[in-house]
Amino acid sequence: MGTPEAATKRMTIAEALREAIREEMQRDERVFCLGEDIGISGGFGGAFTVTLGLSDEFGHERILDTPISEAGIAGMAVGAALAGLRPIADVQYADFLFCAMDQLVNEAAKLRYMSGGKLKVPMVMRAPCGATTRGAQHSQSPESFFIHVPGLKVACPSTAYDAKGLLKTAIRDDNPVLFFEHKLLYGSKGMRAEKGALPPVGEVPVEEYTIPFGQASIRREGTDVTIVAKLLMVYKALAAAEALAAEGISCEVIDPRTLVPFDTQTVVESVRKTEHLVIVDECPRTGGWAGEVAAEIQEKAFGHLDAPIRRVTAPDTPVPFAPVMEKYYVPDEEDIARAVREVLRWR
Amino acid sequence: MPPSPDVMLRMYPQMLRIRRFEERINQLFLQGRMPGTLHLYIGQEACAVGVCEALRPDDWVTSTHRPHGHAIAKGVSLESMMAELFGKTTGCARGHGGSMHMGDPEVGALTAIAIVGGGIPVAAGMALGYKMRRTGQVVCCFMGDGAINEGAFHEGVNMAAIWDLPVVFVCENNLYGASTPIEQVVKLDKLADRAAGYGIPGVTVDGMDVLAVYEAVTPAVERARSGAGPTFVACETYRFVGHSRSDTRGYRSREEEEAWKRRDPIPRLAGQLRDMGSATEEDLQRIAEEVAAEVEQAVAFAEASPAPAPEDCLKHVFTEEGPA
Repeated sequence: MGTPEAATKRMTIAEALREAIREEMQRDERVFCLGEDIGISGGFGGAFTVTLGLSDEFGHERILDTPISEAGIAGMAVGAALAGLRPIADVQYADFLFCAMDQLVNEAAKLRYMSGGKLKVPMVMRAPCGATTRGAQHSQSPESFFIHVPGLKVACPSTAYDAKGLLKTAIRDDNPVLFFEHKLLYGSKGMRAEKGALPPVGEVPVEEYTIPFGQASIRREGTDVTIVAKLLMVYKALAAAEALAAEGISCEVIDPRTLVPFDTQTVVESVRKTEHLVIVDECPRTGGWAGEVAAEIQEKAFGHLDAPIRRVTAPDTPVPFAPVMEKYYVPDEEDIARAVREVLRWR
Repeated sequence: MPPSPDVMLRMYPQMLRIRRFEERINQLFLQGRMPGTLHLYIGQEACAVGVCEALRPDDWVTSTHRPHGHAIAKGVSLESMMAELFGKTTGCARGHGGSMHMGDPEVGALTAIAIVGGGIPVAAGMALGYKMRRTGQVVCCFMGDGAINEGAFHEGVNMAAIWDLPVVFVCENNLYGASTPIEQVVKLDKLADRAAGYGIPGVTVDGMDVLAVYEAVTPAVERARSGAGPTFVACETYRFVGHSRSDTRGYRSREEEEAWKRRDPIPRLAGQLRDMGSATEEDLQRIAEEVAAEVEQAVAFAEASPAPAPEDCLKHVFTEEGPA
């Protein structure tokens, strides 16, 4: 975190991401962006305004508008990375990553391995995730698919500070990085504002900084139960922790910030103290990230656990449309608080 | 423009090197001395050699699940390829790749991508990188006939076309995708006609004639290098052997195979060299002996090389050592 006396400015996640891209493009001429509708003059600056204005500053060669060809975008990024550039590719919705799966899973993730370490693929693939009343094909949180692919790193920032610092680290990383951004956390304004969005405007240091991968952030310290949550769920977990404090329950909330590499150590240390663990995830339950964390922690810290680990996840259904159903689908602070009370019943 | 006699004298041993290397690995494989699977290139040598002789050393090729010929033609050493096939640490991918991921960045042969069509957007992306960096390098993207029906072909070729990228798409049409005849899966008489859909030139060439391949690809490479954009070159060729180790070729006739074998590109070039007076029968015999010795040396090198430690499988996942 920035030191208290350091100069900061307030910005949204969308603005923080834009500033990270701008600074890295100024710093390193190998960095460029490619994606759909990212630089068209008079356009949107990408689906959620992150690249707005950057084509005026850097030109259309380095803010490269592509056809609607997600596999092509991912493959072009792989190739450009092999050729010595550092591409930042994006898809408009994380759901479209599935169109690019071969390029991400078979090419980006494996070329280094298949070459015996002779090649490197320094690319970033940005992807907006999360349920936002758009129905089943524009709302998914597919992070879990990618943690299952050796060779890919996965980042999930939940604050403006982390968004900027992690994106800069991702751009400088020599490996392919999947960078998930939650649609309700961007803080986009005007026509691109999201209904129901949180306003996670945060203080971001004016000075240069990066955030190393694999270091979780403890968002709230506590002694009774550990809650691990990422992206939007961090805020739901913090709200639950606040409500539970009134009942005399002290929750520690951990935001992993990157899923690969994952900071197991911080969670293990927390569980040693609290002896209870709840994991919150907007991904569907089966085969998901929450289950993976549960397995990892029971292997590493079973002796410290005083109760079974609980997962709070989306159900195993596609993301529904009707707001009343979507609200049921996405875990909320009530669901989290209920799970916390349940694990504490074992005390 | 036809290649100079010097170039032709390089082409001959290169084609022979591919042929003898593959005959030898097939033998080793059948003897159970080599693990894995093999997709042999025998019969298609004129394509790889005709293309690679038209490239600069710093140009790149991307390859497929049938990569041995492309790798040899671009200059990957026989020793490192043989060692890779044996799964040894001295292999061009240190035993992490195997037959279908042959290549060596040192000589501009990208680690082969064995997903049909998967290398096409990657090749276009490399070309984008070289264009943006203004290095003057060209990427040559090899693919089989089956690849042109993949979505990756459409996305990659279209993007290369709209941005005039320095890439040449070389489709080796050996008439069968595994066992499926090409006419059963493509409505066009000429695969090169598909290029018109992307607004780029499409060229059809006799893939059994190394000089014809060289003459067709040279202007395509020049066009790419000049910034005028990609070309699609369809080489009409034939693999003399099965698709993979288990293929008994029941889907095609022996008569068809014999007709194509009469067009074998290697004796054809030998005849041309003799007719031109560029090589005597003794010269050709000497080249054959040298190539055979090189292949045997590669086998000896591979067999004498150390195997990786089992836990070496944990290396090279990321640029940092080991898994995350």
